[in-house]
Amino acid sequence: MKARAFSYFRARTVEEALDAHARGGDEARFIAGGQSLVPALALRLQAPRILIDINHIDELRGVRRDGEWLRIGALTRHCEMLSEPLIAEFAPLLRAAAPFVAHPAIRNRGTLGGSVALADPSSEFPAVVLALDAEIEIAGAAGRRRVRAGDFFLDLFETALAPGELLVAVHIPLFRSNQRIAFDELARRRGDYALVGCGIVGSFENDLIQDIRIAFFSVGNVPTRARHAEAALVGARMDADRIVAAQAGLDNDLAPADSDDVPPAMRLHLARVLLGRLLGRIGEAA
Amino acid sequence: MSGHPTMPIDIDEPDEAVRVRLVVNGRKTVCEVAPRDTLVDCLRNQLELTGTHAGCEMGACGACLVQLDGHAVHACLMFAVQAEGARIDTIEGLSESGAIADLQAEFHRRNALQCGFCTPGMLMTAHELLSNVARPSREAIRDALSGNFCRCTGYEAIVDAIAAVAEARAARAAEGTPQ
Repeated sequence: MKARAFSYFRARTVEEALDAHARGGDEARFIAGGQSLVPALALRLQAPRILIDINHIDELRGVRRDGEWLRIGALTRHCEMLSEPLIAEFAPLLRAAAPFVAHPAIRNRGTLGGSVALADPSSEFPAVVLALDAEIEIAGAAGRRRVRAGDFFLDLFETALAPGELLVAVHIPLFRSNQRIAFDELARRRGDYALVGCGIVGSFENDLIQDIRIAFFSVGNVPTRARHAEAALVGARMDADRIVAAQAGLDNDLAPADSDDVPPAMRLHLARVLLGRLLGRIGEAA
Repeated sequence: MSGHPTMPIDIDEPDEAVRVRLVVNGRKTVCEVAPRDTLVDCLRNQLELTGTHAGCEMGACGACLVQLDGHAVHACLMFAVQAEGARIDTIEGLSESGAIADLQAEFHRRNALQCGFCTPGMLMTAHELLSNVARPSREAIRDALSGNFCRCTGYEAIVDAIAAVAEARAARAAEGTPQ
């Protein structure tokens, strides 16, 4: 299948991209890695008249430390999550999640900004940035703003991005030595969309869980914090009883929708299994 | 709808032919494409490089894999106009240069070719994997091949062939560099 005919514009700066989008209005779309957008165009799920290529905007590239934050440019490719030393050091949860994102050739082209902006509820990185309490930097006609990940994902494929706004960078609080992370997903085949997946960041003090953020994906319309499970863990040691309590908390945290192949009860069961494994790993890392 | 001043920007018309300069298999090439022509369209229809196959055209089957500036990408998941100035290496290029001669020979020897439709993509994936990891485990090979569909289900022989080439290359490298 082929995309509907469209005009193509290669933007060199954020301002050029925003301006081109403003001219195209509802008919314009930004393209970054295109690994989700191009299939959507081929299937005519989307049929923009103007495609604005942001791949050549220097400002959207690169990973750098910025005070207490790691600034990851929106165009940072998934494969760079595996190779970039700053990510390994300061955002190891992103590195842990990257091998689960699609296939190697997709990872060579797909971008972090594209994944977060698309907000596919089955994608790894939206849940990861939620677990990391990241901030999303957005550029629009009115200027720049930063939105916390917890306020960014609104509904199915719906985010805090207004029409015509561009996701510029993702800012991650620097990983600290008292933190531990874990990530895993259950899928029928490596590279497939997960039946359920989870990323966790926990802070420890004297082996007690100071705070913990648990984010699930593939269980609802948006990446979802497991707040009851988190509450069951804070202030405690990561022992078997606490893990069971956290697993029980998921009953109140997750409400998977019914689907043809995976009944909600099964998805919830898989989420409990996955959480148990991940908390076990974090506990052993003590 | 925007407060931006109007800037002189050059937006191509939907069906206007756009000139794209590429370096394909080491040769400078100029193509005329429509913005919606994918890179696989351009390679097959304009340059008659038909070793790059158009399969699912949505990034799932891996039959269209090419190297873009040295890294495997789906030629169906980018528009030719996006590749302006890029270096593209197709299965024909890798074949002519001899870079994958051992992989091709081992696929042949182990009957991993099957109907052959998926083979160019399989070789692209194998080439990329072995460029990054000298001796991948069978699990890692299977993992890398998760983006390539073989409907003849030749996977076992394909994994065998890639593993055998990895071993042979490692053995040659060990001979060439005394410890």
